[in-house]
Amino acid sequence: MTAAVTQAAGPALDRRWSVQTGAIQALLLLNAFIMAYPLVVMVMSSFKTNAEIFTSPFALPQTISLANVEKVWTETNFVRYLANSVGVTAASVLLILVVGTMAAYAIARYKFRFSTLVLMFFLSGMTVPLKLAIIPLFIQLDTLGLTNSYAGLILVYTAMGIPSAVFIMTGFLASLPRELEESARIDGASELRVMLSIMLPLARPAMVIVAIQNAVPIWNDFFFPLILITSDNLKTLPQGLTVFMGEFTTNWGVLFTGLSLAALPIMLVYIALSRQFIAGITQGAVK
Amino acid sequence: MIRDRRRLSDLLPRRRSLWIAFLLLPAAAIMSVFVAWPLLSAFRLAFYRFDGLMPSDFVGLENFRQVLTEAPFSDWTWNALHHNVIVFCALMVLENGTALLLAFALLKALPGHRVHQVIVFLPVVLSSVIVGFLWKLFLHPLFGLVNQALALVGLHGPAWLGQESTALGSIILANVWHWVGFPTLVLLAGMQRISKEVIEAARLDGAGDGTLLLKIIWPLLAPSVTIVTILTFIGSFNWFELPYIMAGLTGSPGGSTDVLGLYFYRTAFGSTTTGIQDFGQGSALAVLMFLLIAGVTAIALRLLRRREVEL
Repeated sequence: MTAAVTQAAGPALDRRWSVQTGAIQALLLLNAFIMAYPLVVMVMSSFKTNAEIFTSPFALPQTISLANVEKVWTETNFVRYLANSVGVTAASVLLILVVGTMAAYAIARYKFRFSTLVLMFFLSGMTVPLKLAIIPLFIQLDTLGLTNSYAGLILVYTAMGIPSAVFIMTGFLASLPRELEESARIDGASELRVMLSIMLPLARPAMVIVAIQNAVPIWNDFFFPLILITSDNLKTLPQGLTVFMGEFTTNWGVLFTGLSLAALPIMLVYIALSRQFIAGITQGAVK
Repeated sequence: MIRDRRRLSDLLPRRRSLWIAFLLLPAAAIMSVFVAWPLLSAFRLAFYRFDGLMPSDFVGLENFRQVLTEAPFSDWTWNALHHNVIVFCALMVLENGTALLLAFALLKALPGHRVHQVIVFLPVVLSSVIVGFLWKLFLHPLFGLVNQALALVGLHGPAWLGQESTALGSIILANVWHWVGFPTLVLLAGMQRISKEVIEAARLDGAGDGTLLLKIIWPLLAPSVTIVTILTFIGSFNWFELPYIMAGLTGSPGGSTDVLGLYFYRTAFGSTTTGIQDFGQGSALAVLMFLLIAGVTAIALRLLRRREVEL
């Protein structure tokens, strides 16, 4: 809480410290407890045995036992699910960044016929929920032989991410000054070189936003794997969790361990980069 | 040397076009194959009867007639739609109401407000699957955290997900816990954009917190409220993951948690019990859901935009 204490000198201090301020602070504390405590219990329970969870759910674990973690690690397909999620998310975000930035660069930095129309085509994808087109999408992927494959999943995620990526990157790239690229061209740099070594390094902040905005929903997605993936070895973490939860229904210690391990990676990244996460996820709504 | 002095306009037109096409093509191709084409076919497929995975005969509005007027399909449709409406109304009051209060409390920048923002947004980054399973365990009638806590103060908690009267409400509450951080921070950002002078002027005129919130902040917050309302509406009518995890594919117990997303999934991809799969009816449901969401969103945008004040 040290960082927070230094923030106290804001507009709050010139207000009188009334009962009202105390009530508001109490409300916030209660809310913080409601938001955080379930997650604390989740992590604590993963060190407990069933008996311990049932008889003393609120207490700290008596011993720090890693038996549950070991069970999850060795007796289930958990590591495979985790690796699949990392691979699919990384590949999708990378593809979104590459093809989205390429398209945005063309629209933002060159004048050509129908450029507005092309931009409209990309942006039209932002408004429609692709879930409702899952039947034709499924038929399409089936025809192409892409159901039950990493490639199918990655291409669907990429297609979903392109509209907002093009939107954000076009806005950002269009705001960069023209003089930079002109002088590089006069020095004889090729178009490719101008793009790669002059313009794109400047666009890094926008790329971070695009990456986070897409990585979180892709990492968490359950709907598309549910429909597209059937082999256990190809399942991503959220989908794999449903298999796992079905197998260990009565062993609560193992269940809480699975949930904790699944939540841990994104929670750690979020806590390290909370500012960027919040900006990235609320971006569309705050604009 | 011409080479050294070349500019964009001097490039051979052909080479320039090729370069632009090369930049646009990958994104355009992926979008066309996996977004544009499926979306357009979604409307066409709703008018066909299906033979397995492939459309066979054109049947006009038959699929729509079945899901809207022919029992038992129509009963399922209206039952699910009814629940979606409840979910939307409940989330508007519980989730967005809480978010408005929290945002106003955070606006005061009391000690700890930054840490609070990080905490309140933490569940937002978790998958619905994790949140759903976690609350399913917590809501267990005997060993769940909630009823154990109630027992500490001498209360006997209900069966939560196990009985029709409380099941939908339980899932809605889990959803509030999962998502409340999102509208909170969107509304907070909206409040922070209201100029300090306006708020100070109101303060000097003797406005208390209540007057400030109702007369100054609420009207000026209209753009953020519009966005939050519309996103809540879209979210409520696409609701799928949380009820699927917490109540199962059939909306148990007794269909009391069935929503359009679950019903659509069962129709299109077969329920675990019947295994029947009907892409025709499923497409009709998808088109109806799309029209409902798009229609209401368009009307709501017009109505809500009207009350937004220009500053």
